[in-house]
Amino acid sequence: MLKIENLKADIDGKEILKGIDLEVKPGEVHAIMGPNGSGKSTLCQVLGGRDGYEITEGSVTYQQQNLLEMDPEIRAREGLLLGFQYPVEIPGVKNIYLLKEAYNARRKHLGEPEADTFQFLTMVREKMQMMQMDESFLHRAVNSGFSGGEKKRNEILQMLVLEPRLALLDETDSGLDIDALKIVSEGVNHLRSEDRAIVLVTHYQRLLSHIEPDYVHVLTGGRIVKSGDKTLAEELERDGYQAIIEEAA
Amino acid sequence: MSAISRDTHYGQQAEQLDETLPGHLPQWLLERRRAAARRFVETGFPDPRDEEWKYTNVRPLTTKAFAAAERRDALDAATIAGHAPAGLEPIRLVFEDGHLRPDLSQLDPLPEGVQIHGLNDALREHPDFLQPHVDAVSHERFSPFPTLNTAFMTDGVLIHLARGVTLERPLQLLLYGNDDSEALWCHPRILIVAEEQAAATVLEHYVDAEGARGFTNVVTEIVAQAGARLQHYLLQEHSDTAYHVGNVFVRQHRDSVVTSHNVNMGGRLVRHDLNVDLIEPGAEIHLNGLFLVGGRQHADTHTRVHHSVPHTRSHEEYRGIAQGHGRGVFKGRVLIEEGAQKTDAEQHSANLLLSDKAEIDAKPELEIYADDVKAAHGATVGQLDAEALYYLTSRGIPRETARAMLVHAFAEQVLERMSLEPVREAMRDRLSRRLPGTIEGSIGY
Repeated sequence: MLKIENLKADIDGKEILKGIDLEVKPGEVHAIMGPNGSGKSTLCQVLGGRDGYEITEGSVTYQQQNLLEMDPEIRAREGLLLGFQYPVEIPGVKNIYLLKEAYNARRKHLGEPEADTFQFLTMVREKMQMMQMDESFLHRAVNSGFSGGEKKRNEILQMLVLEPRLALLDETDSGLDIDALKIVSEGVNHLRSEDRAIVLVTHYQRLLSHIEPDYVHVLTGGRIVKSGDKTLAEELERDGYQAIIEEAA
Repeated sequence: MSAISRDTHYGQQAEQLDETLPGHLPQWLLERRRAAARRFVETGFPDPRDEEWKYTNVRPLTTKAFAAAERRDALDAATIAGHAPAGLEPIRLVFEDGHLRPDLSQLDPLPEGVQIHGLNDALREHPDFLQPHVDAVSHERFSPFPTLNTAFMTDGVLIHLARGVTLERPLQLLLYGNDDSEALWCHPRILIVAEEQAAATVLEHYVDAEGARGFTNVVTEIVAQAGARLQHYLLQEHSDTAYHVGNVFVRQHRDSVVTSHNVNMGGRLVRHDLNVDLIEPGAEIHLNGLFLVGGRQHADTHTRVHHSVPHTRSHEEYRGIAQGHGRGVFKGRVLIEEGAQKTDAEQHSANLLLSDKAEIDAKPELEIYADDVKAAHGATVGQLDAEALYYLTSRGIPRETARAMLVHAFAEQVLERMSLEPVREAMRDRLSRRLPGTIEGSIGY
């Protein structure tokens, strides 16, 4: 589904990603862990298609297509959705409005007719219940004045509505209290399916006790230095990043 | 400004004024018009050397030979229906090229104490009733256009609300311009007088046939007596080739509340001057404005609020959007006189540039001579938030649609202040049609 090969990327002339290799197959859940400044967020933004990064080497293939040549909106319509570490506040644009435009853009892309408003709202309400968000969220401006937990729940709500093939979650656990972490994790677990892949990018192991990954990768200094199964996350929690980094070096 | 010589088109128009005046004009108005024509010829059109006209060159007006339109009666009910905000159900006066069309207007039944007369009808039938209200508030301090209006006044309306009367249904003044090969001007005069505790909502709504190139120079005089409540909507949707100068004068007495909504989306060259005098304690004005310019459109708005007594309040929220080669100007002057203690004046001007070639000048101007006042102002000119755009596109939303969503959100900060939902909806719709990228349905609002 996703194949990253020797990916190198600069920002403002500074090399952040120094040769990333990663392969993700349908049905898999990958966790990319790393200390601050390791390149986690840059990797997410490069995959999401944000401006301002220069790809100097390597390739990213997503469903047999060159991902790096696609505009962000095309990536999303092709099923790659990025959950933001810091979801953007957009005063004046209502949540329901964003959801409907995004949902219909995807349907149009897939050659399906526009959603019936009533059915769409019923579906959205169902997903909102899952995320324990009340009806008022529909008519609030996107992330505007939301608490940290509300913003992250809103990101997962978008995932549940838009049903990505590849969900890329950038530090979705940061800023969450225990209850919110549980709700968000349940939402992500609900996304798990045989034909869908999930990539969790996180600093801490605690998310992974709620969402069990198939693979864990340690990202540091712009490279993946170690990969393993879920026990690697436990190892990290016990020994810290430094020990793993030194061992890998 | 410089004098207009006799041998020019406008010199001749002024010279021949008496010949063009209708027969039934009372002496007081005759004299007033002749005097105004003389003053106009002496001062001439403003030029960019005048501080108040620094950003707006009216040369396109002076080089064309505008003249009054003959009565045409080409407008029909179906066209009017196409320009009426859906669901508004107003009472309505219709003007075509400046002339009242009684056959297309719907006034009755009016509540007792509400008088609405076409200006020419009022001149014929109630000249003495009309006299104190013409030029009661208008002045020529910042612009020669009100003088031009007095000299060449075509028709208009007197809206008089007796003490304590409320006009429940909104009144729509629909001013329509025909497409014409000749350069036509009209000078409507709109007089709104609300006595003590009276209330009404009046829409001044300008629309045109496609390709109309007329010049509308309107004077609106609004008097709100003690405790009166007036909502004034100024909706300018001329064709993109038309010219418009709007001169609004408001005088407010004790505890009156006036709300002005000024939306400008059409016109080639548009200038608005809104002059507000708060002359008794408790008077409160709200000025909300939105303009969108694109192509080669130019829209200039000057607001002037004059706080001359203690305990008055003004709140201004003006927003501008420019795309293409559009050019916008907002200048907001707030004058707080010595002795106008406890004044509460707030002004915000936010502006959005959607292209490299577009330009907006925003200039707040606070003059404060009292020491115990609350006055705040802010003016910004910026572009669409790149982060917000990225966020929306990262959800699969087409870039053009994402831009349109953000522009709508920006405009909504002004539109949401309108209490008439059908007008809000109509303005959103007009905005959509003028922006690239489509937005379907209205679920978002």
